[in-house]
Amino acid sequence: MNTVAIILVYSTSHAIQAERVLKKAGLAAKLIPTPRQLSSDCGSAIRIDAADQEASTAALERAGVPIDRLVAIGA
Amino acid sequence: MIYLDNAATSWPKPECVIEAITRFLHDVGASPGRSGHRLANEAERIRLDAREALGELLGVSNPLRIVFTSNATTALNIAIQGLLPPGSHVVTSGIEHNAAMRPLRMLEQRGVSISVAPCGGDATMHASALNDLIRPETHLIVANHASNVSGTLLPIRQIGELASARGIPLLVDAAQTAGCAPINLTADHIDILAFTGHKGLLGPTGTGGLAFREDFDIARLPPLICGGTGSRSEDQVQPDFLPDRYEGGTSNILGLAGLAASVRYVLERGVETIRMHEARLTGRLIDGLARVPRVAIVGPCDPAKQTGIVSFVIDGMPCSEAALVLDEQFDIMCRPGLHCAPLAHRSLGTLPDGTVRLAPGPFTTEREIDQTISAVAKLAEIES
Ligand SMILES: Cc1ncc(COP(=O)(O)O)c(C=O)c1O
Repeated sequence: MNTVAIILVYSTSHAIQAERVLKKAGLAAKLIPTPRQLSSDCGSAIRIDAADQEASTAALERAGVPIDRLVAIGA
Repeated sequence: MIYLDNAATSWPKPECVIEAITRFLHDVGASPGRSGHRLANEAERIRLDAREALGELLGVSNPLRIVFTSNATTALNIAIQGLLPPGSHVVTSGIEHNAAMRPLRMLEQRGVSISVAPCGGDATMHASALNDLIRPETHLIVANHASNVSGTLLPIRQIGELASARGIPLLVDAAQTAGCAPINLTADHIDILAFTGHKGLLGPTGTGGLAFREDFDIARLPPLICGGTGSRSEDQVQPDFLPDRYEGGTSNILGLAGLAASVRYVLERGVETIRMHEARLTGRLIDGLARVPRVAIVGPCDPAKQTGIVSFVIDGMPCSEAALVLDEQFDIMCRPGLHCAPLAHRSLGTLPDGTVRLAPGPFTTEREIDQTISAVAKLAEIES
């Protein structure tokens, strides 16, 4: 069972906006340095609860924040 | 001292702007988009605050569609140089500032043709004047929302409706209007808007940018400046997404910290309230100066048709001399001359001597306006 998921984005502007959009939508979101094993161009990523994956991507799409990919992390 | 040069740059700035800049220097300091540590993230939050405030002000719901440059001039250059290939045609108005006219004239040397719509002797213009000049190869309409010489407003919504009906992108120069006249990119059908941070937006110099309407496809507009963005670092080509596509190089985050606070101030005080305040002062200035012998006011002489600018000439007295006396003997700061806008002066019939320009702002008082009117009256009595 996955407990968290990481949203990878293209730039820190997107990371910060994603953080803000998710918090406004009442979802738990934390800005973290991108974990090394998930090679990404952007140094910052967003950690969310695994259960919030769909709600999070939907909220980001509505707000027009592009995301690179979403990775579920095993517990 | 009476500061009536707000059309060049606004002063004083709201106290919150000074506090935001000081706080940034004390407590944040880092560069946004780089590094990813706590302070860099805080800097990025401040930059997003600035984008959000501008998005709210201009009717752009996605803050990432606000891109920062160092001023309106750079913003206009990105749009003009990017959208007009050799062989294309552009339509513009007779009140443009050199920030738009000079890049256009440079492109003319490379095979772009330019049509300038005539305007009246008070610099007013109907949207139909632009319509008549559109050709099959017209790629862009460039319109200055308000003249920085006479304050004359162009009917921007009608121009937007025309541009969208003809399927031609509209670029608006809002250097004189952002923060002091209502603008909504969606309702006004503006595809791209260039703003500067240091005039009506009440922020620091060295800030400005572009706002893109939601449905404007940025793939049509290549960047003018390429460079580091902190994103896609392994790539040697510029990122294709907003805002990074147009934001190569370290950001003026200190200025943007001030701009975030100043635009929030404008939103809280309200553009309509600021507009009414400036219109009242403008009307008072027009009425007072109209009674002074030898003084001729240029422009519409109607606060509903202009921003907070009143330009005038004194018969027989050079503008530069008038401004010098106002500064040295009356403690009034204003701007004489051509104001970087020869085209507007041609429309107004004030070439080659120019005008004396008085530009009150959100912090100007009626008392200061009355003192200025009596100073100009005394000035006009001086034998030349
Ligand atoms: C109408 C107009 N357009 C463009 C500009 C250029 O603004 P900036 O000098 O901040 O680039 C100005 C002011 O200088 C202006 O009044």
